[in-house]
Amino acid sequence: MNPLLSVSGLRVGFGRNPEANEVVRGVSFDLAAGETLAIVGESGSGKSVTALSINRLVDFGGGRILGGSIKLRRAEDSVLDLTTATERQLTRIRGAEIGMIFQEPMTSLNPVLTIGTQIEESFRLHRGLTGRRATAAARDALERVRIPDAARRLNYYPNQLSGGMLQRVMIATALACSPRLLIADEPTTALDVTVQAQIMALLAELKQETGMSMIFITHDIGLVAGIADKVVVMQNGQAVEQGELSQILDHPQHPYTQHLLHAVPHFASGRSTRSDGPRGNMEPAAAALKVQDLMVRFPVTGGFFGRATGAVHAVEGVDFDLMPGETLAIVGESGSGKSTTARAILGLVRSRGSFTIGVRQADAGQSARPVQMVFQNPYSSLNPRLTVESLLAEPVIATGGRVNAQTRAKMVALLDRVSLPENSLERYPHEFSGGQRQRLCIARALMLNPSVVVLDEAVSALDVSVQAKVLELLVDLQRDYGLAYLFISHDMAVVERIAHRIAVIYAGQIVEIGDAKSVLSAPQHPYTKRLIAAVPSIDRRHEHYELDTRQVPSLVRPLGFEPGRAEWTQFGPDHRARAET
Amino acid sequence: MNYLTRRLVTFPFVLIGVSSLVFVAIRMVPGDSITAMLGTDAGLLTPTQREALAVYFGIDQPWFVQYGRWLLGLLQGDLGISVTYGKPVFEVILKRFPLTLELALLSMIIALSVGVPAGVFAATHNERPSDLAVRIVAMIGQSTPSFVLGLLIIYALSAGFGVLPIMGEFSPLWQDPLANLSQLIFPAITLGFAFAASVTRISRSAMLDILSEDYVRTARSKGASSRSVTWRHALPNALIPVVTLSGIEFGYLLGGAVIVEQIYALPGLGRMVLGAILQRDYALVQGTVLFIALNFMIVNLLVDLAYFALDPRIRLRDR
Repeated sequence: MNPLLSVSGLRVGFGRNPEANEVVRGVSFDLAAGETLAIVGESGSGKSVTALSINRLVDFGGGRILGGSIKLRRAEDSVLDLTTATERQLTRIRGAEIGMIFQEPMTSLNPVLTIGTQIEESFRLHRGLTGRRATAAARDALERVRIPDAARRLNYYPNQLSGGMLQRVMIATALACSPRLLIADEPTTALDVTVQAQIMALLAELKQETGMSMIFITHDIGLVAGIADKVVVMQNGQAVEQGELSQILDHPQHPYTQHLLHAVPHFASGRSTRSDGPRGNMEPAAAALKVQDLMVRFPVTGGFFGRATGAVHAVEGVDFDLMPGETLAIVGESGSGKSTTARAILGLVRSRGSFTIGVRQADAGQSARPVQMVFQNPYSSLNPRLTVESLLAEPVIATGGRVNAQTRAKMVALLDRVSLPENSLERYPHEFSGGQRQRLCIARALMLNPSVVVLDEAVSALDVSVQAKVLELLVDLQRDYGLAYLFISHDMAVVERIAHRIAVIYAGQIVEIGDAKSVLSAPQHPYTKRLIAAVPSIDRRHEHYELDTRQVPSLVRPLGFEPGRAEWTQFGPDHRARAET
Repeated sequence: MNYLTRRLVTFPFVLIGVSSLVFVAIRMVPGDSITAMLGTDAGLLTPTQREALAVYFGIDQPWFVQYGRWLLGLLQGDLGISVTYGKPVFEVILKRFPLTLELALLSMIIALSVGVPAGVFAATHNERPSDLAVRIVAMIGQSTPSFVLGLLIIYALSAGFGVLPIMGEFSPLWQDPLANLSQLIFPAITLGFAFAASVTRISRSAMLDILSEDYVRTARSKGASSRSVTWRHALPNALIPVVTLSGIEFGYLLGGAVIVEQIYALPGLGRMVLGAILQRDYALVQGTVLFIALNFMIVNLLVDLAYFALDPRIRLRDR
């Protein structure tokens, strides 16, 4: 059977001199009708560029196709090489025969046009529909992606919908004219894991309904198991391995594929969790950090004079303690209050109510500022105008210290400890890679000899292979210095590898807390169960995702609202969950 | 609308602030109405004569009494009498304002109808020779002083065609549209050239930003043509900074364009207020500045309303 799409020897370059700057270097694959091909790789592997080359959107991003062919079998059975197609031919193919969805649903829809107008556009361009008939078609398209109350949503603007909803709108737009090929470029990366499961379920259902082919691009090899028939693994612009799904997952040949598979979590067994925690194996030490009944509320204002009419209960009655040498992971989805908790502990947001932060007495030589933080984005959390030396000196200066020979010696030692080259001190942040910058941020946090380091999504912006190395470094540093980590993350796979204990936070409250092994392998709270079930896993192959459209409850409460005390149920020596009322 | 009322409530406070600043500032300038009117002859006045004149102009009282009187008049809709024109200030302003308003509107129409397409064109031809040409013209437009351009135009008209725009008296649009346009079109071009240059530059850079947005890529992935991507998807998003700039420039132009009015001998607000300052015509200066401040606030309000119309995110946030 002739393939729907046949890519061979594709080479793509960027910039003024594309030959010298080749990003895709000879990629070939075939895709049959109704098949799903997953392209897996890390950032810079060329997977997105490959995808954008197929509908030639790469031209608008400064890319140029240098060689190879992309043969598309069209509806009337003629074959067209897209690398030589004219722009007029391409505008007729885009949207009609090849649909595409992108990574960031929040920014991929035009903010000044209604959802309806944007879906109608496809029908207008390719089907010649106008007016009421276009509107009716757009409503049908929205209903097809299971958006409730579709007729009314047509008049919404993108900023009125959540990320998950917007990605459904994107899917509705891409599928409006029933393309025979859908290119999905990391369609769930920007979404929470439970929303990701919904989108994956939807894509699987729609594929069944329409019989379209799909190219699914992702950095998460775990996601692939649920949807793909064939897999291409890309690294540095080349396909290092490709084949049938089961062959890739069960018998990976290339070391890089094996490495990617290694990062996929295995919760059920609990064997990947750390067992070197300080709890239980010695006499109870004093906690490095003790948080009791932490509360953060943001006022909601309204009315003519902007008086407070209520409050967002962002963090509500959070309790936990953290031992020296221990990692507590705070896990939750966006808006759950996990980052606000971290910020409250550092005093970056005003927290109210009765809460105390008990910090271990500073030992000799330790600074009076025992809590330090490492932020999510290593690209924006380092001032680009400061040299590494000034960046590392900053915490010392900020706490009233002087930069002397001793401080410099400390800088050099720390840089060496986080495996950065010796001559880094005079350099600027832009000279370092993402992983190196995060090492720099870690070194900066350690300048003051903290006893507690708050890591707010500290490895989320990094690729899997870089992530693994930074996590290793964190574990080593924890052993050497007896650091206590408060590890804020949405990524269960990362949490599995770093946490001794896990606290699951939902709607501003901890709903389950306990040792990592019990929480991951035997979750008790319904939300924890849902969260863990949503994490893609290669064990559950072609399992049907369930479409779950529950919404997070509103955290806005009227003035003077006080929640009742939580009821807890104990499930193990160190594992308890909030009882649902 | 909640937002509109909130804005309107602030108007009187701003106006009182502006008026008291002007009131104090103009009285800090050495000299007074009497000296300004009589020149060196003022030295020949006897103390009694001088006092009588001071009482006549109302400048015998301490400044806060003068300010109180002026505010009281303002509340009754009375801006006072202009010393130089011998007429109520309001009447003097109203007589000059149509010309200034029309000139400002014409310049803005020229600026937007030339600047926005030029900016869009340059952005869609980024780094190509045509983009470079637009950028060079825009740079020249921004850096040429209006008196140079004005004089060049007058020279070209008189030396090349032997014609000159009507000077001195203003012929209103509603009386003789042709004469009116032939009188104002060249001053409007003089003012609009630099204005258009700024609009070109800002719409070019805004378009360049927007054209690299994700949703532009989405539009292309749907099969939208380049023209539709540029005008339908990108431009509405790029207009916000253009509106901001136009609002500021238009507000300034409503205060009168002194140099251009001077070159083309047009009786606009700019020359009038300059004369009033030189003559220490306190009432006229205060009245005009108050009027200009009010214009500015109205323009700003219109700019905000334009944001509302352009961007649903702003519209929905403020609801």
